[in-house]
Amino acid sequence: MVVDLDRCTGCGACMVACAVENNVAPAEQKATERTGVTWLRVYPVSNGENFPANDTVFIPMPCQQCGNHTPCVSVCPQNAVEVDPSTGIVGQIPQRCLGCRYCMTACPYHARYFNWWDPQWPEGTETLLNPDVAPRMRGVAEKCNFCHGRLHAARTKAAAAGNKEIAAGDYIPACVESCPSKAIVFGDLADETSEVSRLSHSNDTFQFLPKLGTAPKVFYHSAKEWVRKMADRAPLA
Amino acid sequence: MDRQFIPRGLQRSSFTRFAAWILPWILLLGLGLYAMYLCLAEGLHHTNMDNRFAFGLWIYLDLTVIALGAGAFFTGFLLYILRREELKAVINSAVVLGLICYSGAVAVLMVDVGQPLRAWFTFWHPNTHSMLAEVTFCLTCYLTVLAIEYVPVVLKNRKLRQIPRFLVFEFELHKVMPVFAGIGTFLSFFHQGSLGGLYGVLVGRPFAFREVLGIWPSTFYLFVLSAAAVGPSFVLLTTWLVQKLSGRQLVKPEVLRFLGKVSGSMLIVYVLLKTVDTLYWINHTAPAEGAPAYTFYTSLGFGTWILFAEIILLGLLPAVVLLSKRLRARPAVLVGAAFLACCGIVMNRFVMTIQTLALPTLPFDPMMSYVPSWQEVATFLAIVAYGVVLYSFSFRYMTLFPQEREIR
Repeated sequence: MVVDLDRCTGCGACMVACAVENNVAPAEQKATERTGVTWLRVYPVSNGENFPANDTVFIPMPCQQCGNHTPCVSVCPQNAVEVDPSTGIVGQIPQRCLGCRYCMTACPYHARYFNWWDPQWPEGTETLLNPDVAPRMRGVAEKCNFCHGRLHAARTKAAAAGNKEIAAGDYIPACVESCPSKAIVFGDLADETSEVSRLSHSNDTFQFLPKLGTAPKVFYHSAKEWVRKMADRAPLA
Repeated sequence: MDRQFIPRGLQRSSFTRFAAWILPWILLLGLGLYAMYLCLAEGLHHTNMDNRFAFGLWIYLDLTVIALGAGAFFTGFLLYILRREELKAVINSAVVLGLICYSGAVAVLMVDVGQPLRAWFTFWHPNTHSMLAEVTFCLTCYLTVLAIEYVPVVLKNRKLRQIPRFLVFEFELHKVMPVFAGIGTFLSFFHQGSLGGLYGVLVGRPFAFREVLGIWPSTFYLFVLSAAAVGPSFVLLTTWLVQKLSGRQLVKPEVLRFLGKVSGSMLIVYVLLKTVDTLYWINHTAPAEGAPAYTFYTSLGFGTWILFAEIILLGLLPAVVLLSKRLRARPAVLVGAAFLACCGIVMNRFVMTIQTLALPTLPFDPMMSYVPSWQEVATFLAIVAYGVVLYSFSFRYMTLFPQEREIR
């Protein structure tokens, strides 16, 4: 995935689409920004300058799908987090999760969320749940899995057509589809001819926390130098 | 009214006085049990932990009490394996303390996890690469060992000894106790270490991450050493406290001095290695992860004073005092140094848990803050109360300090 930060307007459509697609329950009344569940969070970050030099960038931060030493996978005591070797996507098995939150402590991107409350949908809205995605229960961790339900549907469609591989257009996560400014590009990074692969190697494209060596598969792009410098800076430096 | 249960030759306070001592702790235990019920029945939103501060007071104090409870395994190791017979005077007390610390920690963990009924999944779907899986295995096994080690202490009760089968069982158990001491030492080595490894492997947390030595990060070895170092200090401290509270001398002074010497010897090695580890981390590990070490200490609350306090004030100072024969001979200094050593471990576990989580990892994030809720505090106080109650009953009805009778 490559996110063009210069295109992102911070509208939050990706967050809403993600929640609807993945059956993320409406936030509990007492939930705060640190106790709510959002598989994809958009962070507003300012350059700290005064007007008129002030500038703000919006950073959508889903699970970064780390490809190397995936921090959350190695720490989970009961194999509730797994990397699918065929896609490189880091998946979560909520039915196996103990709720110890060690994975959340391990994740440097804070892309994991815990169900501090029983997920509840207002009466009548249960009928709007996505039947392809199992809702989670209280006391387990969850996170973005690049819309596994959609990947599964694309695989089923390909299998029905007698194909081993899914067609590129058949599998697009909800956030990518919903972005009105087309700021998010999704595809197969391993396919050198794909747009996402080309963009990931282009100038002004970067990853967050590359020195940790976790090889995230989510890239960001910005022509603004201060954004790139900010991403490269150590916290509190 | 309970005279026939109190060991022969020992003097204990009247039952009324004992009940008056126990009652407030029982009330505290009740409050804590209510807090636990809220968390288990309604969810962990009763705590002040959140998605950023996913570990809080409970994990921090679990780590602390497990380290302090190391006195059980280390005293057992010195007595049964290295044959330091003078430690017979405190081994029963050390076992009870260990049992309290470990069972208390496990009880809090069961409230801390979101789905406690799935705890057995760790045995069914174990991730052998996970430090937490290793902690779970060893903690469960060692708690069983501690329970077995506690059995002979219970069976020594005057009334229970009247049952011939119990007498035989206790005699047989004593014969195999060195085996359990060995198993306990082995298991403790791994889980104390794994608790350190828990943080050392966090590649995404440059403050906690450490280089691998052999197959474990350096924190693995440092946690084993620090637990072994303060375990005897904690036994010393509690023995002194029980002496003060009961108004009786329970062990000969040389026993406490020996515990202090053992603690000091281990502590000086720990301080030395901790210093080397810290210097390597400051100069190599942290910068390589993109986080210069000075950035960890920019906040006033977590300034460099923490490093000084942890390594020098609560590490080197008590180690030097405990190693000095002259200073050890002064009871107040001995107890004070043991107290400082225990504070050192409390601080180290605080730094590893709370400071690790308070420090941001994303470049645009500020420091994180967290204040535990009353349910978290009450749950932990319930464990303290449980410990006091169990220890008080053990002290009253069992022979925790065999020298007490002799001294009397």
